[in-house]
Amino acid sequence: MFGKTSTTIFKYGSVSLISVVLVAGLAIPMTVSPQSWLEFPVIPGLEEKARNLFFHVPMSWTAVLAFFFSAVYGIRYLRTKNIDFDVVSVSSAGLGLLFSILATVTGALWAKFNWGAFWNWDPRQTSIFILLLIYGAYFALRSAIDSEEKRAGLSAVYTILAGLTVPFLVFIMPRMMAGLHPGAQGDASGKGPLFEANMIAPNMRMLFYVSLIGFSLLFLWLLHLRVRAGRLEFQQKQGER
Amino acid sequence: MKLTASHLTKEFNRRAIFSDISFTLEIGDSLAITGKNGAGKSTLVKTLAGLLSPTRGAVEYLLNGKKTEVDALRDHIGMVSPYVMLYDEFTAMENLTLLSRIRSNNLPIEEQSKELLERFSLWNKRQELVRTFSSGMKQRLKFVFAVLHRPRLLFVDEPTSNLDAEGVRVVRGMIEKQKKTGMLIVATNSAQEAKWCKKRIHLG
Amino acid sequence: MKSLSSTYAILLKDAQSELRTRYAVNALFMFVVTAAVIVQLAIRSEQPSSSVLSGLFWVVVFFAAMSGLSRTFVSEEERGTSMTLQLVATSSSVYFGKLLFNIVLTLLLNLAITLLFTVVFPGFVVQTFETFLLTVVLSSIGLASASTILAAIIAKANTKGTLYPVLAFPILLPLLMTAMKATARALEGDPFGAGIEEYQILISYIMVITAGSYLLFDYVWKD
Repeated sequence: MFGKTSTTIFKYGSVSLISVVLVAGLAIPMTVSPQSWLEFPVIPGLEEKARNLFFHVPMSWTAVLAFFFSAVYGIRYLRTKNIDFDVVSVSSAGLGLLFSILATVTGALWAKFNWGAFWNWDPRQTSIFILLLIYGAYFALRSAIDSEEKRAGLSAVYTILAGLTVPFLVFIMPRMMAGLHPGAQGDASGKGPLFEANMIAPNMRMLFYVSLIGFSLLFLWLLHLRVRAGRLEFQQKQGER
Repeated sequence: MKLTASHLTKEFNRRAIFSDISFTLEIGDSLAITGKNGAGKSTLVKTLAGLLSPTRGAVEYLLNGKKTEVDALRDHIGMVSPYVMLYDEFTAMENLTLLSRIRSNNLPIEEQSKELLERFSLWNKRQELVRTFSSGMKQRLKFVFAVLHRPRLLFVDEPTSNLDAEGVRVVRGMIEKQKKTGMLIVATNSAQEAKWCKKRIHLG
Repeated sequence: MKSLSSTYAILLKDAQSELRTRYAVNALFMFVVTAAVIVQLAIRSEQPSSSVLSGLFWVVVFFAAMSGLSRTFVSEEERGTSMTLQLVATSSSVYFGKLLFNIVLTLLLNLAITLLFTVVFPGFVVQTFETFLLTVVLSSIGLASASTILAAIIAKANTKGTLYPVLAFPILLPLLMTAMKATARALEGDPFGAGIEEYQILISYIMVITAGSYLLFDYVWKD
């Protein structure tokens, strides 16, 4: 799907960045007053659990990125009726489902260790769960349609409809539910409540951005692979006729 | 009114139903689409009527010399087809009235349709629910519905299905009239019915 | 206005059809009564709070809607009258005609559920009437709006009945959450102005979903 150079960048970039994050995120010690670049400050109340930050938030971010791609390529399909766009859309949705599951699970783990229970109906937790429901509905719809063109068209429409409700979820949820996520009370600013509260330390912030980029590259690389596989599958089916 | 089909192709799940169909029709023309069952006749009819979009190629309509979208031609197109059903829970007259109102034709339908209903021997049954109709009666009512608004282009998919000899006779008369005053497209697997038309396209 | 009369004619047709066959109304009625009885048996003499009653109310509304609002499109597909309608009406007439039908159906549904809840649950007393009325009206319109486009979608799919709530829930969630909160306010007796945020959300939901559905409808309705 992407050119050779881009794909190489995605592949090596994601692998190297995520490796860095895995090592640094898990191994760098946390001390009360960090002296060097290779020490993280201890955040009272969170301590070691703060490491989840480097994984959970980028996964959520990637799940949303995947949805965005799915919706955009859905729109492109509707305008051109080119089935290739649908291949991209469904490949992206599959990745989105995967990352949503990962984000929900890491989020639940975080919740258990921080707040006692795996699930609290905190707005952020609920919104990632709803994203999961949207993906589930998307695939349920697709499996209920036999005609390729109809399947592509209707799932594109559903993705767009779901996309329309996302702003509502983002803005309403924090207001409606008292949240446990940092910055949830009355602060409806996108994905960044953590920044104000915790991430003053520049080295932590940098590692977080590295992780964000690493996961995004991973998504793009996996998308490329899935689209390639999807296209080959198509050609194979074509050949069988 | 003029209908031009250029290189029409339709695929379902990337299997071609028909490909590269081209022809032109004007007032006074009649076209028979022939082929075995499942050859794609109904699909071609639906594509020409704007109910399906072609995978490749185009259907172009000219009305009074101006290019017109098929959407705007509702008042000029009529169709009889096994895929175009009427409402069971309403009477024959209610069907005609409701559907005409939806078509934005608010004239008194009872008067308008009297002659047609009589010709198809349905006048006495006009207050009966379509649910109680035999298949032959339903087919005849479909014809009334299709030509009530005097369309310039009439599509007929399987003209004589479910009809007895009398029904066939009336339909034949209807077809001849349409051929003279308008355009006609007939889809059939009967060679005899195909002879009703001047031009012919064979599928499959 | 050609399209206006066409839209109205479609609404009338659906209404007349419903009066004759009563498929949707029967389904809705049976569902609502059954749900109320079951919940009442489960709760017995417990006095649920306003937020619980509010939540129950909208749960019943949601599932009732899921059993009745898809009929307008599913019946056309199943009986083969979809193409008939495509031949005589424009996409927008069909969309708005059926949307209006579903709005009326939802409003009637909500009226019925309100009456039922008032009878069955002693704690269900609407203190701030204006809040309740506005919430129910706006929510009904929003609910009908989302449900209509989704009904058009599942009408073209295979496992219609079970698919409908699966697709609808994520889309309707913002609306349901807002409605629940506003209804709880009405039961508590909060002043009308306290719910201003909720009304705004409901109104913007209606606008966004209706506009989006209208633009997308053609891709669903036309094959």
